[in-house]
Amino acid sequence: MIAITFTKTIQFMRFKIPALVLSAILIVASIGLMATKGLNWGLDFTGGTVIEVGYERDADLSAVRAVLAEAGFPDAVVQYFGTSREVLIRIGPRDDIEQVTLGEQILRLLDQADADRVEMRRIEYVGPSVGAELKEQGGLATLAALICILIYVAFRFEWRFALGAVTALAHDVILTLGLFSLLQLEFDLTVLAAVLAVIGYSLNDTIVVCDRIREGFRRIRESEPIEVVNESLTGTMSRTIITSVTTILVLLVLFFKGGELIHGFATALLFGVVIGTYSSVYIASSISLLLGISREDLMPPPVEKEGENTEPLL
Amino acid sequence: MLNHNPAWRYFLVILVLLVGTLYALPNLYPEDPAIQVSATRGGEVGQDSLALLERRFSEENISLKGIELQDGQLLARFFNTEDQLRARSVVDQALGNTYVSALNMAPTTPGWLSAIGASPMNLGLDLRGGVHFLMAIDMQAAIDKQVEDMAQIFRTDLREARIRFSNIQPDVGNGNVLVQLRNAEDLTAARRLISQDRDLDVSSGPVEFSLEVRMSDAKIAEIRDYALQQNITIIRNRVNEIGVAEPVVQRQGERIIVQLPGVQDTARAKEILGATATLEFRLVDDSVDLNDALAGRVPPNAQLYYDRDGRPVVLQRRIMLTGDRITGASSSFDEYGRPQVNISLDAQGGNMFSQATRDAIGRGMATVFIEYKPTDQIGPDGDPVLEKIEEVINVATIQARLGRSFRITGINNPGEAHNLALQLRAGALLAPIQIIEERTIGPSLGQENIELGQTAIMLGLVTVLVFMVLYYKAFGLVANAALVANLVLIVGIMSMIPGATLTLPGMAGIVLTVGMAVDANVLIFERIREELRDGRSVQQAIHHGYDRALSTIADANVTTLIAALILFGVGTGPIKGFAVTLMIGIITSMFTAIVGTRVLVNLIWGGRRLQKLPI
Repeated sequence: MIAITFTKTIQFMRFKIPALVLSAILIVASIGLMATKGLNWGLDFTGGTVIEVGYERDADLSAVRAVLAEAGFPDAVVQYFGTSREVLIRIGPRDDIEQVTLGEQILRLLDQADADRVEMRRIEYVGPSVGAELKEQGGLATLAALICILIYVAFRFEWRFALGAVTALAHDVILTLGLFSLLQLEFDLTVLAAVLAVIGYSLNDTIVVCDRIREGFRRIRESEPIEVVNESLTGTMSRTIITSVTTILVLLVLFFKGGELIHGFATALLFGVVIGTYSSVYIASSISLLLGISREDLMPPPVEKEGENTEPLL
Repeated sequence: MLNHNPAWRYFLVILVLLVGTLYALPNLYPEDPAIQVSATRGGEVGQDSLALLERRFSEENISLKGIELQDGQLLARFFNTEDQLRARSVVDQALGNTYVSALNMAPTTPGWLSAIGASPMNLGLDLRGGVHFLMAIDMQAAIDKQVEDMAQIFRTDLREARIRFSNIQPDVGNGNVLVQLRNAEDLTAARRLISQDRDLDVSSGPVEFSLEVRMSDAKIAEIRDYALQQNITIIRNRVNEIGVAEPVVQRQGERIIVQLPGVQDTARAKEILGATATLEFRLVDDSVDLNDALAGRVPPNAQLYYDRDGRPVVLQRRIMLTGDRITGASSSFDEYGRPQVNISLDAQGGNMFSQATRDAIGRGMATVFIEYKPTDQIGPDGDPVLEKIEEVINVATIQARLGRSFRITGINNPGEAHNLALQLRAGALLAPIQIIEERTIGPSLGQENIELGQTAIMLGLVTVLVFMVLYYKAFGLVANAALVANLVLIVGIMSMIPGATLTLPGMAGIVLTVGMAVDANVLIFERIREELRDGRSVQQAIHHGYDRALSTIADANVTTLIAALILFGVGTGPIKGFAVTLMIGIITSMFTAIVGTRVLVNLIWGGRRLQKLPI
């Protein structure tokens, strides 16, 4: 039998100050990166045109660039996409041309320039107004998610936990964005979806931990809060590790086998799951502790919980 | 104490799994390459077309897997895509241009599954290839036009009521009309007259003896809605002409989504969607003999037209009115219950029409529908050559002098009245439309995406299955059974919900769900292990393990569900697909992990007195 068991309580909270300091530094660094380098916004947010073409043999990027420059697009970004037979061309939003028909035009030019048939794999055009709207909506969605979760956790647990949980989530989101800014990975809609999924995952983790801490406070009497937290974290540690491992395993599959379109998605989630696991242990619990969580705050309310005395259904 | 399953739990689990599996089944049947034929412009596909095609296919040695008539459409199935492509050119030759053919992949769901409403999952465009357009309507243009028209109407109405005014000025920027009068008496009269229209808000203007008139919010909302409906109707009509098997035309807020699966030639699709259509009203020229006209002797001031049944009609060249003067058209019934079409014109149109019909009472008036459609030829500028198609859609007799609103009666049936109203509206686009987003996915990329997604799901599943058995032994097998059941349920539910679409991010969502779904079981199993370590008996440990983990699992999943719901709310297309699979995955995984595994655990270990558990 393989089992991760801890015979002694691990003193997680001994490192709460260094952990918080480290996280604070990382958050500041991430915000700094976003302010200076910014995010490499994808087509969904900037607007413009993306054309993915397939060649029968390895494509010659400089030839493609030459064709585009001649056609009046010297600033087009040309790169391999996945394999060296697929080429991705990005053209930013411009006022002076009819963007809607741009994709077909360029495809025709490339087809004429190459001896073999050039295959259209993907053409995407996003108008500038749509891009700006999506940026705003994306930001709002993330905020709305955090606020809804804050309310739910405050309602189900306690405001200190809610604040701890949401700080942990914001921490995860900011650090993930920081990574994308640092590596200048393209940030498109699927990555935004991944960031929201990170919120979901990290939250899942945080709730499990909070739930256990609450239970710990009710069960273990005559103990310092820090002891209770340590013991609860130790109790959930094996679960935290196993769930992270299975999730990371499938994400690795997506990262290596999911194809180019899913790459950014998998990257964001992989990083987010690791950070999310760390934050639910250190950020959420440390902040609840610092806010002065105590036994009295977590005792069940005098009102009877609905269905407490009935036989459990499941 | 022993852990037994109550009967309802067996019943529930078996029922859910059975239904889930049944509805997931259609996805296992491979699709047939097929051609779908439908008729345009009120034509019909019937038994004769079917017989004709069958004969032509056998002449060309194209083996047919099946051919059927369904809802006025003809579906021919083939054994391979080569036959399908050859057959398409045969169809186009045999049936001519009043029919539209579309390549399609037809599901081969067996009859007994179709009978319970089971069908394969909808695949998103990123998986099947095709083009997606997001179109925006220029609402401001529609409202500006109304404001300008309002000023014109006031001028006529005040003049008719003999109320003197010094100026009537539309203020498009502010969306109102300023009416400047000469004295208090006229002001009161004008106010009373204009206030009769309940759709208008009348207030005092900035200067003496003036009125400021604006449309009520309800009226503006109505205009916006009308412009949207009108555009959707037009786009639906045109999409049907492109020849797409399962087109989607859908409103999203004040925008329109158009999805054309399988379409690669986006240039042509755009031309057709953007084609302009107009209407003209002309008088029938009775002075010309039809036989003369058919023989080519048409006087210079007349022109020969055909209606949709091919009957000739000679019309005057002079145009009484053009379609851009139409502000509304709807079908209804007259006092005798016969179908009719009500038409309203703008102010200028009303004046023009009143002039034109004054001396024409008793004569025939034809409605001509004119459309510019792209042809296969490419002109010197690289754009397709446009073909002008003119068609007489209705001939009515003028009964009286007509004004701003009138009606066309004598229509055969309500369906025809409805179509006529649609076409009248289509000929007078209130607000221009523009493509603001386009995504085209080639067929090979779509196929690649499906394969990538399938590989990722299978690999992810196998990895997690192996890990769970290694870590939890026999209990791992139980969790694995739940995981597989979970996957079947996700597919089953995705196939059941008509609006759910599987996309590439959706497949990534399934992979993620596979990784996260074991969490509930991990929580339960860890609890059981703990209880065992605390010295409880095996049966108590199982009981408490499930009980205690329940609220944790519920809380953790509800919060993830909140995140997924928000994602669904703001996301579009593929992202919505991700949110949908995530939500379904959360719910099904809770069911299989909590209820499903408990059935198995109780069944295997619950009824025995054990000292140890294989966990």
